[in-house]
Amino acid sequence: MGKNLFNKVWDLHKVASLSETRDQLFIGLHLVHEVTSPQAFQVLRERGLPVKYPDLTIATVDHIVPTVNQGLRPFGDSLAEEMMQAIENNTSEFGVKFLGLDSDSQGIVHIIGPENGITQPGMTIACGDSHTSTHGAFGAIAFGIGTSQVRDVLATQTLALDRLRVRKIHIEGSQGSGVTAKDIILKIIAELGVTGGMGYAYEYCGPVIDALSMEERMTICNMSIEGGARAGYVNPDQITYDYLDGRRFAPTGDSFKKAVKYWRSIASDNDAAFDDTYTLDITSMGPMVSWGITPGQAVEIDKELPLLSQVDDKELEITRKAYEHMGFKEGQRMEGEKIDVAFIGSCTNGRLSDLRAAAKVVAGRQVAEKTTALVVPGSKKVKAQAEKEGLDQVFIEAGFQWREAGCSMCLAMNPDKLTGRQLCASSSNRNFIGRQGAPQGRTLLMSPAMVAAAAIKGYVTDVRKFL
Amino acid sequence: MSESKSIANIIKGRAIPVTGNDIDTDRIIPARFLRCVTFEGLGEQVFRDERYDIEGLQKDHPFNEEKYSGGSILIVNSNFGCGSSREHAPQAIMRYGIRGIIGESFAEIFAGNCTSLGIPVLTGKASAIQQLQKQAERYPETVFSLSIDEKSVVYNGKKVVLEMSDSARTALLGGTWDTLDVLLKNREAIEKVHSGLPYVTNFNN
Repeated sequence: MGKNLFNKVWDLHKVASLSETRDQLFIGLHLVHEVTSPQAFQVLRERGLPVKYPDLTIATVDHIVPTVNQGLRPFGDSLAEEMMQAIENNTSEFGVKFLGLDSDSQGIVHIIGPENGITQPGMTIACGDSHTSTHGAFGAIAFGIGTSQVRDVLATQTLALDRLRVRKIHIEGSQGSGVTAKDIILKIIAELGVTGGMGYAYEYCGPVIDALSMEERMTICNMSIEGGARAGYVNPDQITYDYLDGRRFAPTGDSFKKAVKYWRSIASDNDAAFDDTYTLDITSMGPMVSWGITPGQAVEIDKELPLLSQVDDKELEITRKAYEHMGFKEGQRMEGEKIDVAFIGSCTNGRLSDLRAAAKVVAGRQVAEKTTALVVPGSKKVKAQAEKEGLDQVFIEAGFQWREAGCSMCLAMNPDKLTGRQLCASSSNRNFIGRQGAPQGRTLLMSPAMVAAAAIKGYVTDVRKFL
Repeated sequence: MSESKSIANIIKGRAIPVTGNDIDTDRIIPARFLRCVTFEGLGEQVFRDERYDIEGLQKDHPFNEEKYSGGSILIVNSNFGCGSSREHAPQAIMRYGIRGIIGESFAEIFAGNCTSLGIPVLTGKASAIQQLQKQAERYPETVFSLSIDEKSVVYNGKKVVLEMSDSARTALLGGTWDTLDVLLKNREAIEKVHSGLPYVTNFNN
């Protein structure tokens, strides 16, 4: 039996065995942001430790930044300003490269890593953020860590970790109209459940995955954690190499050729062993929409919400809680549910291809009256390129707000928040209670194109009617 | 967070049952409380929006109930701590006064964060956990004795067998749960792996 990518990369980065089950793993790329790092830098300061490999560490600011008048300092929120100053001081004191608001490479950490060629195949990547799994799209082992572990990586460039098992997720069939990468990952999570991935890394593969662009693969890997899998990856292929070629931090010339050789070598062998395999045929599936309070509570747009009488015993409590919070009725459909806010952005769906897909739906139409709609590009580069293509004008003419780059309304650490019981059609990743900033606020997860369609209609609708 | 230290093998105390599956870290500590540069003060905000409504009035929540006041063992259900990797969640729980957590299952990043802070996280069968929650609810004065070494909890002379990851158990009992010192020791091995990585040497090896 051959080896899978996960184990190849793990073995290459293994520093030592710490116990029977625990290894010390070298982290080839440490991404840092303002929320989960200040306490970690403080420990280094107290103990007189340097950052072990500053050249393998890169920082940005994304969670707390306002998306309107972003350059105005100090920020209106004094707590956000304090965090901003902390990351500025920490990166400067410890010699870590900081892509701050004055850099044209600033943006959501999981968007700027890939678009600048910082993220590469065969790396181990850690970041104090659960959506670090995004970078697995390049054939890297990438996962989120807590602040104590951020401290460990800063000081030693290593982590104490148990090796994960690997589940092969084979996606086959033909991708129907209106079905995007977001719909596929929502379907996978709905099928395997939000705890299905515990203890596993997911290898996404099969003809559907092979045909996806890098940005689509990133959307899929991004939400691995919502299915309980700490990491998810796609084997690198020609699409990966073509994407990386010419990017700011990617190898060039002869080094690029050698890099491709390495990248090919770490892909799973044809006869690789896996701990588990799951196959999904997407031929008959339609666009997805979440209706509940976990990302696993999602249905195809033309299907009914589950009946309590048909729900598995284990799911009964969370299903009841979801109906109670969301105010929907068992057996109903989501089509026609009036929305208050439409949000396009986040590390899941804030890339150029996401904005293009949404703009296609929006072009020549108007946002419904009483619906607040906003587009938040995932990075300064995404924003600049979208503006070059005139996408900003498409959105603005339709009545969308065109914002500056950041995490925005995905997680409510900046001024972009829901209020009251607002219902939000959102291209983000989490529909947890209170996630978007209002304790009673409600989130419907869907693809950017579905959000765009909902913004135009003012209610949840099937994007296929627009295509 | 600096010195390696073993934590008490036995954690003894009254318990607070928090029922419900999939309690995510946004519910444990809402994101607005992450706007901070230290973890101080987080204990007061634990489960903030579950405990108080927007007017600041108390809602029904075990952490508001006098009968559980001073409890040091948290008993939860399935997939506790899912979602965001924020260490602020276990920090808030710890700073509130919780010393050990028992549940049906835990999200991995959350469980790892707990171990990093020296909080043992043990799992048990759904029926056993629900029984423990009922005991704590009906008889809040019950003292539970959580043993890391034996992977069990004992109350009123009754013993319930639990599970725990070998790594976490070894680390907690051996005093290596605060990983920094352990990791710092292998400096030479770290540098060796570093210098052998193709992408570090610009693919010239």
